[in-house]
Amino acid sequence: MANYRIAVLGDRDSVLGFQALGLSVFPVQDAQQARTTLHRLAQEGYGVIYLTEGLAAELERDIARYQDVPTPAVILIPGREGPQGIGLGNLKAAVERAVGVDIL
Amino acid sequence: MANLMVNPTRMELTRLKGKLRTAQRGYKLLKDKRDELMKRFLDTVREVQALRKQVEEELMRVHGSFTVASALMSGPVLEQALMYPKQRVELDVSFQNIMSVQVPRYTFKTRTDDSGDLYPYGFAHTSGELDDAVRALGQVSSAMLRLAEVEKTAQLLAREIEKTRRRVNALEYVVIPNTEQTIRYISMKLEENERATTTRLMKVKEMLLEQAMEEQRARDAQALERFRS
Repeated sequence: MANYRIAVLGDRDSVLGFQALGLSVFPVQDAQQARTTLHRLAQEGYGVIYLTEGLAAELERDIARYQDVPTPAVILIPGREGPQGIGLGNLKAAVERAVGVDIL
Repeated sequence: MANLMVNPTRMELTRLKGKLRTAQRGYKLLKDKRDELMKRFLDTVREVQALRKQVEEELMRVHGSFTVASALMSGPVLEQALMYPKQRVELDVSFQNIMSVQVPRYTFKTRTDDSGDLYPYGFAHTSGELDDAVRALGQVSSAMLRLAEVEKTAQLLAREIEKTRRRVNALEYVVIPNTEQTIRYISMKLEENERATTTRLMKVKEMLLEQAMEEQRARDAQALERFRS
């Protein structure tokens, strides 16, 4: 048992509301800023990092780095512009990795 | 014809037979592990799929309310309203062992238990849509956390399955056939040696017999000579 925090990373409009829930919110403007913030959060003991899909599209390799380690979990959520299917696509990739074919 | 550079000796044969037994046992165990992991994985994936759909839908509603709220309120006011949250969330991560894969289990503690008591602002300067958005967010948060848990589990399981599958295949298609082939090679070589020894012995025996007969004949001839003279 260890104490972790939860972070929400994304464009300002999409993530602001999560502040009301007491989650740590990190608004970023561009992918570069998101990348550095993501790596910093991963080292600072955030257990779960929610990331908006719009940013995730440009951070694929950075996210892949955290896929195989127990913490943190980088979880994609739809931003304000709506679901883009990247989160679902990642799930499909995981299935393909495990089964060998896409069965979804 | 791989891995045939071995000494065809009985000791090597015994060693290889032991190796084959271990490989077959490992193969069976790993196959079972793979099948069980796969079962768990597919269950998890189904849950992720359902949860993700639910979370995405609810979040879209939240975003909708927020958009309206931010249209009705000025940016600084909106930001100010949300600046000091009443609620605080702390996350406890423990790990559960699924077939020797460590998967996280999240439990979260909130400072206030009452989900109706989320609003960190007075109601005077804010619009009702903001209340809606915050309330909807409060409802979706536990689903989001569960989503994080199962999605991470799915990712970790996928990795383990990939690893296990590779091992199973390596044993099935490389290690076991190679060992069997080498065992066959050695036992054939040993049998051949044995046959070679047998024929050699037969040949030696024949030669000895020939020699003995030759001597006997010589003795007979001598005796005959003595008898005549």
